[in-house]
Amino acid sequence: MSSRALRQPLGLRLTSNFFLAFWCLVAAFPIFWITVMSFKSPVDAFDGNALNVIFGPATLATGKGISILDILMGIAVLWVTARLATKTLPEMVKSYTRPGQAWFGWIIGGLVLVLGFLLVFFIVLPAVLNVLNPLFGPLGRDVMGLTTEHYKTVWIDRGFSNNFKNSLIVTAGVVTVSLTVGTLAGYGLARSGSTLAFWILIVALVFRALPHSVLVAGYLPVFINSAEWLRPILGENAPTLYGKPFAVIAVLVAINQPFTIWMLRSFFQNIPAELDEAARVDGCNHFQAFRRVIMPVMWPGVITTGLFSFLLAYNDFLVTSLLLDAQNQTMVPAIAGMFNRETTTTDQVVAVAAAVSITAPLFFLVMIFQRQIVSGLTAGAVKG
Amino acid sequence: MNFRTFAAFVGPSVFMMLLFIAFPLISVFKQSFYVTQPIYETVEVETCTPGFLTQTCVTEEKSIPKLDEHGEIITQTRFVGLESYRNVLEPERAWRAISEGSWSVLSAINFWKALRFTLTFTLITLPLVVGFGLAIAIVINNAAQAIRGPVIFVSLLPFIITPVIGALSINWLFRGDGVLTAMLEWWLNRDIALFAQAWTIELLMMLYRVWHVAPFAAIVFYAGLQTVNQDSLESAVIDGASRWQRLKYIVIPHLMPLIIFVSMIHLMDAYRVFEEIVGFSSQGYVISLQWLTYDFLVPDQAGNRSISRASASAMLTMVGIVILLIAPLRRTWRDHKGGH
Repeated sequence: MSSRALRQPLGLRLTSNFFLAFWCLVAAFPIFWITVMSFKSPVDAFDGNALNVIFGPATLATGKGISILDILMGIAVLWVTARLATKTLPEMVKSYTRPGQAWFGWIIGGLVLVLGFLLVFFIVLPAVLNVLNPLFGPLGRDVMGLTTEHYKTVWIDRGFSNNFKNSLIVTAGVVTVSLTVGTLAGYGLARSGSTLAFWILIVALVFRALPHSVLVAGYLPVFINSAEWLRPILGENAPTLYGKPFAVIAVLVAINQPFTIWMLRSFFQNIPAELDEAARVDGCNHFQAFRRVIMPVMWPGVITTGLFSFLLAYNDFLVTSLLLDAQNQTMVPAIAGMFNRETTTTDQVVAVAAAVSITAPLFFLVMIFQRQIVSGLTAGAVKG
Repeated sequence: MNFRTFAAFVGPSVFMMLLFIAFPLISVFKQSFYVTQPIYETVEVETCTPGFLTQTCVTEEKSIPKLDEHGEIITQTRFVGLESYRNVLEPERAWRAISEGSWSVLSAINFWKALRFTLTFTLITLPLVVGFGLAIAIVINNAAQAIRGPVIFVSLLPFIITPVIGALSINWLFRGDGVLTAMLEWWLNRDIALFAQAWTIELLMMLYRVWHVAPFAAIVFYAGLQTVNQDSLESAVIDGASRWQRLKYIVIPHLMPLIIFVSMIHLMDAYRVFEEIVGFSSQGYVISLQWLTYDFLVPDQAGNRSISRASASAMLTMVGIVILLIAPLRRTWRDHKGGH
């Protein structure tokens, strides 16, 4: 009976779907739009007329554009890549790797695919199209302005690749350390019902609410003068912690710890305690039980938590901008500096290109790990 | 699990939190009562400029920082009591402004200006985030199974985007004669400058924040909607409840714990509003409490950081967090007591 009684009238269904479509538009539009802007000349990018931004007449006038043939071929390459990634790659990974080592196959396969795509899309395809375009007449004529010069400016002239490398170091460090430390703590807290465990969790909750600037105010004087007070311990070559990526990694791991242990604790609570009790009956101590019984089944929770650690480290502005010096700067503070200092529209579009470069990895992250992100968002919440 | 094993598991994490969260808190508290300044000495400097016939010489007194034998500036740390707090709060000026009832004078003081914005921002975005989150969750739940995956994918984009970049992207849509400003101008048939006064910037910041957080709320609520008891919904239909009544008396009470959870997280995060100020470069018009501390920490033209004042404003920001957390902590404590 439920299906008929709960069926909605047409008007309501239409309104609901209309609102959904509107929301999707609102959610995606700013990101889509800055991507479009980043490929246009400054005049087009900041044009008030939306059509001018999309088709880029001023960009086209400078001789930079793509033809219908280019668009079709580009879409074809993208489609083939997507197909390889979703169909062929999983099959190949399955047939060529031993069970238990599939992750290794995924890493190799993913790298090969990404490199192959970059090679074909940015080197082979333009070369082929240069030959083909004149042969196809009207199909080969440029119809849409498009230029990649801003990306070249950002990555090559402005040294953004250096910032990218620093971001990579910081995020990789934060994810590794914070998961190692957090997994142990999360497991301990999930399996212990003591009052001490409760208090640790409560204090962690309070720490989670702290504004990061409060903590940075505590680090700065200590970090800047660290060479002085570390000298008695480490001798003459005691480091100044200010500006060092490893110091920032430690800080971000600590800031992230409250969230990590809460999340991992709730994942470990979902793993039945009978599992490690059985292992203990068979003669394991707690650490052996953790290593042999829990570790093989904890990966979904760890991957999810790792994703959120990654996001925190990758997205951070406040800590990295205050604690790192110019040559160790990560991407996000670097772009803010770019945007505040320069005022010409060309520089603005360069900043847009940098912004899109920062967002692209996140986009792929959601694409691959959508399920894990959703489960992470709801894990802590649904249990209250 | 005995204490020793527990300590071995939890130890590293607790150690990191103590070293990098608890210890800085204490040191910030201490710093806020001390000021570190270079020691200045007054010297007479004679500067001569070549002139016709004779040189023109001027002797003036200059205060320059004292240097030690390595050529580094000698600094001195002294106890100043509540002076840094007074510098941040400016109680006399603020009190005069309040007694005169003049808001513009009060908002000339950075701290009160920041406090005002932080509170309005937090309180206005809260109901919007919960409302939009609920609406999006309900329509996703209402949509066909096949399109839910892609819709959730698109919805996640605003949530995972780097906050500074997200704020910048909204900024670029409206900056100058950006597409959306042009559209608004065409629609309202008048000239609009969105970055020329404080309230429009604030509006854009709130718009950004709702865009950024509503997906999180929506996904949490959507997960909650999957567990609504279908039997009670059916019996409500039999009892003749309208759609609205079913939503109000069954679905929303069921989601209440999640609504409280999302509100708490949002209150904590919105109170720390910071990235919007950077993304919209609104320092000239609108600042927030966390930005105030950040600004004290950034070196000024002479390369000095006002650590003491930053510590004072950080401590004042903490007061708000404590007030915010009292209610949920009391609840957790009661649950814990009740649970044992």
